[in-house]
Amino acid sequence: MEGERRASQAPSSGLPAGGADGESPGGGAPFPGSSGSSAVLQAEVLDLDEDEDDLEVFSKDASLMDMNSFSPMMPTSPLSMINQIKFEDESDLKDLFITVDEPESHVTTIETFITYRIITKTSRGEFDSSEFEVRRRYQDFLWLKGKLEEAHPTLIIPPLPEKFIVKGMVERFNDDFIETRRKALHKFLNRIADHPTLTFNEDFKIFLTAQAWELSSHKKQGPGLLSRMGQTVRAVASSMRGVKNRPEEFMEMNNFIELFSQKINLIDKISQRIYKEEREYFDEMKEYGPIHILWSASEEDLVDTLKDVASCIDRCCKATEKRMSGLSEALLPVVHEYVLYSEMLMGVMKRRDQIQAELDSKVEALTYKKADTDLLPEEIGKLEDKVECANNALKADWERWKQNMQNDIKLAFTDMAEENIHYYEQCLATWESFLTSQTNLHLEEASEDKP
Amino acid sequence: MYETCVVLFLFRSVEHTDGQSVLTDSLWRRYSEFELLRSYLLVYYPHIVVPPLPEKRAEFVWHKLSADNMDPDFVERRRIGLENFLLRIASHPILCRDKIFYLFLTQVFFFYLADSRLKALNATFRVKNPDKRFTDLKHYSDELQSVISHLLRVRARVADRLYGVYKVHGNYGRVFSEWSAIEKEMGDGLQSAGHHMDVYASSIDDILEDEEHYADQLKEYLFYAEALRAVCRKHELMQYDLEMAAQDLASKKQQCEELVTGTVRTFSLKGMTTKLFGQETPEQREARIKVLEEQINEGEQQLKSKNLEGREFVKNAWADIERFKEQKNRDLKEALISYAVMQISMCKKGIQVWTNAKECFSKM
Repeated sequence: MEGERRASQAPSSGLPAGGADGESPGGGAPFPGSSGSSAVLQAEVLDLDEDEDDLEVFSKDASLMDMNSFSPMMPTSPLSMINQIKFEDESDLKDLFITVDEPESHVTTIETFITYRIITKTSRGEFDSSEFEVRRRYQDFLWLKGKLEEAHPTLIIPPLPEKFIVKGMVERFNDDFIETRRKALHKFLNRIADHPTLTFNEDFKIFLTAQAWELSSHKKQGPGLLSRMGQTVRAVASSMRGVKNRPEEFMEMNNFIELFSQKINLIDKISQRIYKEEREYFDEMKEYGPIHILWSASEEDLVDTLKDVASCIDRCCKATEKRMSGLSEALLPVVHEYVLYSEMLMGVMKRRDQIQAELDSKVEALTYKKADTDLLPEEIGKLEDKVECANNALKADWERWKQNMQNDIKLAFTDMAEENIHYYEQCLATWESFLTSQTNLHLEEASEDKP
Repeated sequence: MYETCVVLFLFRSVEHTDGQSVLTDSLWRRYSEFELLRSYLLVYYPHIVVPPLPEKRAEFVWHKLSADNMDPDFVERRRIGLENFLLRIASHPILCRDKIFYLFLTQVFFFYLADSRLKALNATFRVKNPDKRFTDLKHYSDELQSVISHLLRVRARVADRLYGVYKVHGNYGRVFSEWSAIEKEMGDGLQSAGHHMDVYASSIDDILEDEEHYADQLKEYLFYAEALRAVCRKHELMQYDLEMAAQDLASKKQQCEELVTGTVRTFSLKGMTTKLFGQETPEQREARIKVLEEQINEGEQQLKSKNLEGREFVKNAWADIERFKEQKNRDLKEALISYAVMQISMCKKGIQVWTNAKECFSKM
């Protein structure tokens, strides 16, 4: 599977200079969380008419790697990141910058919903302008995903955040939920922009640029709901057949996906649990420091010591709060995205199997002379092409996906480790300075008899 | 149900006034025998702030720590507490000379001291002119008890949460290990990172065990608060006694005066009978005055000695309270410093583990 790749094998961490996605405080960075490294291969296979420049391989050197292990503390405004890119003087792969921000609530007589502002900046010729601003709601994202899956059934489409979370959701529109969703939607669009094939999808372009009414009318074109449902039913039925003749490499892929899905789900649960435990620890710690202050009120000789202990505890408390937020900014969204990705992948496998099944059923018909055999060889030829295309598309995208996954996971966990190190370093400094001040005082005082 | 006997291996040199050192063999004592010793000391040294015993039952437990009195960790901490109790007595300038204490350390059979004064410790009464210093001391001991209890409760909850945080990370170890089986490039990094997560998760046990010792140091002063209150109560008892005696004396003096002068202001049974059965004879009256005068004399002597006793008590008590205050300040400061030392050790371990883990992650 690795043989034919000409794409750069450079250790890309999956991020362009400027820090990880979803870490920036307010508006979100216009940088996607992944780079295309198998772009050249993709172009050959799909025979699309692409602009060569856009597919230049993005090779990173080591110095850039260091840049990526930013402490999340560093300010990551979009502007500073753009400047950084220019300063690096790199091959300008990125020509499509997307941000998702400003969630707004809309109330109508029938429903309440949230829209998000999407800003697109681009230098591509096929766009009418260089800057676009539109508002989209979750439904629109769903539509886009559906269209992409339709157009590219065996490509790994980035996942969307869930429709709603069943447990623990009191109010559909609480701030945390909206913010988490916004970040995930931002990631979604940037991943598409980064994808060597999907980035040129027509529906994607319309999604980014069309005004509300234009989008509505565009949506109405295309197969209706019922026919799409019919397709789904047929798909399920035939995919079962596809599994039987699945080539070896796809069997391996499927096994990996199943195991990966298990593990990433567990990791998701564990990570969420850690966050919860850290939060509860923080809540208790908040009470702990003040008790020492209370105590100092009745102890004349221990006032300073007790007050110092209280302030140390409070500082550690703040450090733990920072650790928590680091976890929720960096690790949790990444892990959760890959949980959703694993579901996506299973869908992709099914679709591939379905395409194969179509071919197999026609071959079967020809073999057993079931239907009118005149047209069959031609149909079979077309289907064979279709299967080969689908398989190759998946194979290439799979490699790309795996590479990104490794980079993303690696970065997310490295970040988490970094957060913990920083947390312990802060606490250490706090208590060490307390100890120093106490021992200094002790040396100053006359030594008393010790029991 | 029998308690586990606590073994004391104490090599004590008990120095008598003649400078002789006596080395004794080890002997066995139960917790209840320690309680007897302490009750005795409370009664016979009312002005001394008697060191407290470690807790009878495990309190302020956080859920992972066993509340079982037979739990080896609890027994070990109790042993340390009991040893500490004896050491405090041994280092007290007055208590260390006590004969019964010496017997406790040396004699196998320790007899029960049933003393009525023990019961007096629990009686309730009102004092008319309380000594402000003792009132303040009582308030202080109440505050001390309340704040330390609160602190211990919250500490236990914090410990519980901290335990949770560490232990959940252990799950990463297991899952990383399983995941590494299907990853070609990431496998090694995942596996070794997982190992470090296990190390992290298991490090909390020792950390919290150490913190229990800190909690015990605070608990001792929680119980010391009770000892302080006992001294205040004893003082109150004496004061009450004194006030009652003074009142009694005053009333007798007045009676006497009335008899001598012939005026009747106070109610007396004799006055009533006189009214009912007729005046008493001068001889009878003389006799009564004489009795009263004797009683007044006696009463005045008693009051004098009670006053003296009271002043002695106050003097000695305050001397011991001053000593106690200094000891308390030293000990609590030391305890707080040792808490800081523990935190530093925990942070250092954390830095090491996570640095190792980070290295593994970055190699993936």
